[in-house]
Amino acid sequence: MTFARAFAACILTLVLLSCGEQPKKSHDTLVIGMTQYPATLNPNIESMLAKTYVLAMANRPLTHVDTSWNRVCALCETLPTLENGLAKPEKLPDGKTGVAVTYTINRNAKWGDGTPITTRDVAFTIEVGKHPASGVADGELYRRILKLDVKDDKAFTLHMDRLTYDYNALDSLNLLPAHIERKNFADPKEYRTRTAFDTDSTNPGLYFGPYRVTEKQVGTRIVLEPNPSWWGKKPAFGKVVVQIIENTAAMEANLLSGSIDYIAGELGLSLDQGIAFAKRHGEKFDVTFKPGLVYEHLDLNLENPILKDVRVRRALILALDRQAITDKLFEGRQPVADSFVNPLDWIHSKDTPKYSRDLARAGALLDEAGWAKKGVDGIRRNERGERLSLELMTTAGNRTRELVQQVLQSQWREAGIDIRIRNEPARVFFGETVTKRKFTGMALFAWLSAPESVPRLMLHSEHITSARNNWSGQNYTSYANSEVDRLLDAIETELDREKRRVLWARLQKIYAEDLPVIPLFFRADPFIVPKWLTGIAPTGHQDPTTYWVENWGVRQ
Amino acid sequence: MTRYIIQRLGESAVVIALMSFLIYALIGLMPGDPIDLMISSDPRLTPADAARLRAVYGLDRPLLERYLSWAVAALGGDFGNSRLHVRPVLDVMPTFLLNTVKLMGLSFVISVTVAIPAGVYAAARQNSRFDHIVNLLCFAGISVPVFWLALMLIIVFSVMIPILPASGVGSIGGGGVWDAVRHLVLPVTTLTIFSIGSYTRFVRAAMIEVLRQDYIRTALAKGAGRARVIWVHALRNAMIPVVTVVALSFGTLLSGALITETMFAYPGMGKLIYDSIMGNDYNMALVTLLFATAVTLAANLLADIAYAWLDPRISYGGSEGVRP
Repeated sequence: MTFARAFAACILTLVLLSCGEQPKKSHDTLVIGMTQYPATLNPNIESMLAKTYVLAMANRPLTHVDTSWNRVCALCETLPTLENGLAKPEKLPDGKTGVAVTYTINRNAKWGDGTPITTRDVAFTIEVGKHPASGVADGELYRRILKLDVKDDKAFTLHMDRLTYDYNALDSLNLLPAHIERKNFADPKEYRTRTAFDTDSTNPGLYFGPYRVTEKQVGTRIVLEPNPSWWGKKPAFGKVVVQIIENTAAMEANLLSGSIDYIAGELGLSLDQGIAFAKRHGEKFDVTFKPGLVYEHLDLNLENPILKDVRVRRALILALDRQAITDKLFEGRQPVADSFVNPLDWIHSKDTPKYSRDLARAGALLDEAGWAKKGVDGIRRNERGERLSLELMTTAGNRTRELVQQVLQSQWREAGIDIRIRNEPARVFFGETVTKRKFTGMALFAWLSAPESVPRLMLHSEHITSARNNWSGQNYTSYANSEVDRLLDAIETELDREKRRVLWARLQKIYAEDLPVIPLFFRADPFIVPKWLTGIAPTGHQDPTTYWVENWGVRQ
Repeated sequence: MTRYIIQRLGESAVVIALMSFLIYALIGLMPGDPIDLMISSDPRLTPADAARLRAVYGLDRPLLERYLSWAVAALGGDFGNSRLHVRPVLDVMPTFLLNTVKLMGLSFVISVTVAIPAGVYAAARQNSRFDHIVNLLCFAGISVPVFWLALMLIIVFSVMIPILPASGVGSIGGGGVWDAVRHLVLPVTTLTIFSIGSYTRFVRAAMIEVLRQDYIRTALAKGAGRARVIWVHALRNAMIPVVTVVALSFGTLLSGALITETMFAYPGMGKLIYDSIMGNDYNMALVTLLFATAVTLAANLLADIAYAWLDPRISYGGSEGVRP
């Protein structure tokens, strides 16, 4: 009887606990589900999508890319151009051409505590960015800034070390509030751990966007409320809560239970989960799939004697039916890539060679490359009897990539190419194998770029990673082509858009012919939006939808 | 006994010191260091910049030298800063530890409270219908995957019958103690269902073994009540192996439950340790792993003390004692 009583007591307790009323849902609060918690809220330390997503509601850079993929002012008043005279080429002491670009901070811009945003903040931000020990994420921007000329409280001129086509882009210059952060920067080496963005995250003086952070539960949630000092369109919600749920199955259940209202497309469900969700619950939510700039591809190790031969690389892509992969696995929602350039980008060239499956051509190329004989196992061999066998690696545990990998393996097998799959945890794969070029054959992963982004780090021969350069750069394939090097240099400094278009087209053509990388597709993100929520506009580029959070609202 | 405890504490200190070096060295062997992460977020960082940053952060020094610096600072109470949380390690850990203590502590207490009577009852009525039902439920609890159980509980109690919150530690804006307790129901239930099965099986097996002993038959023959024989004579002796198992699991208690914490978006020690290892957060990984080691050692020491209490024949004071 003792046990029965104890058991009954447990059940009774459970029932009592369960009897509490679920909190009433109100459209005054928007709860967004996201899979990752931002490690820091300091806009210039660590580069992380989760942080950009949250901070885009509370802070804005000087410039950014709008929903039509054009660069516009976010915090500045007028975008400087050579045409409007706010940008002027200038000769540098070393004879090179630099540029002086003049910006004016929005006259109404104030930090959340009422302190005006001024050139003092610009000077402080540049001081932090340039300091070698501060460890900011985009050091390149600060290295390019030669000098700052302060004109008044709001206007300033930056003297840059080169005149490039994106001379007016300050997309990663996120201002720091000097009146709060100056004291935390007293010891630059300690700034990362002393920044008020992490030690005093709810200080209103850190934010100036439509919302400001009012509550932070480490690892769990960040709460934002309207910022009274915001000068733009008044945001619609009394509270925006970013709730962190790392497991996507649990995230889905939370959405259905009403614990969260919306799953961030940028950091939410995977595409296959989104497709399955749309089938099951599509009538309750608006599910949109937006292909973007995340470029899934296979990096080839060109030091591998087999892959060194361009005929083998072409045979590899001709043996693949990438359209069938995207149709079968992703219901055609991930467009096949011809190169690293997304068709949504204006620099995309229609003349880029395209490859559809042609096993006969693939076979002929392999024959020509010396892989003519077939063994009893159906795998091709060369004159020395060596098998045409390659290793294919990706991040272990990434279900979508592992699925793609298996289809690639079976398609290549039909062409007589043996694929050995060896996967590693992301930490080892990216931390060691890819960075230090330890993959012997092919590595499947993705690049995230920006509109009209020069792939210098990935394709320029000076960025081939090696112990000599401390494994910096991202040319993991060890691709070296002098014409590509020249094109990359030329594109960066060509100011005429039409002339640049020609250079871009040539670069894409060489890329698709040389195939240092096998393009697969551009990843699509599923945005699962409740029917009452309006204004969310996925862009496809790197800027998250929260850059336009003030346009979000409740359907009337 | 006091001498024994002092001796064990001394041994534990040596083990912790050795473990600290071992963990430090192993973390040092993992691919990538904080500067590699900086390079990945700013690939244009020149080799000279990277080398300079390594010098600034002391990563260019030999491992032993770095460890000794860390150990000296740690002895002074400075365990360094967390790379991921950008705050001192000792500022971050308490929140996660408290969450874990609530989650795992509750689950532990409920599991043991249910498992002991259930195991004893099942052993006393071996092969009865009750025993079969308990066995079935135990095996079901042990076999069911935790992530699946968690998901099912969310779907049933938060989606189909929406009476309990699906995730988190509290409602937005705070909802008081009752709200916090409601948020604990599903994760605690998940962990309890999982652990209750194994504890019950241990208690049942130990009890069956003891109930077969001659002294139990003798006690019953002498006219002692069955309930008294089972709950006083048998249970006390059966508890020795159970205490060992419970002590070992107590050590893992404060290391958190990664899967349950992930499924219920519950910020506990399991997630903290996992994220710190995966995110190259040396200081946090080191301190949390050392903490888990210390708790395991402490739990085992307590178990040894409990042996002496449970079985007076066990003594740690002299040569005549019987070591378990």
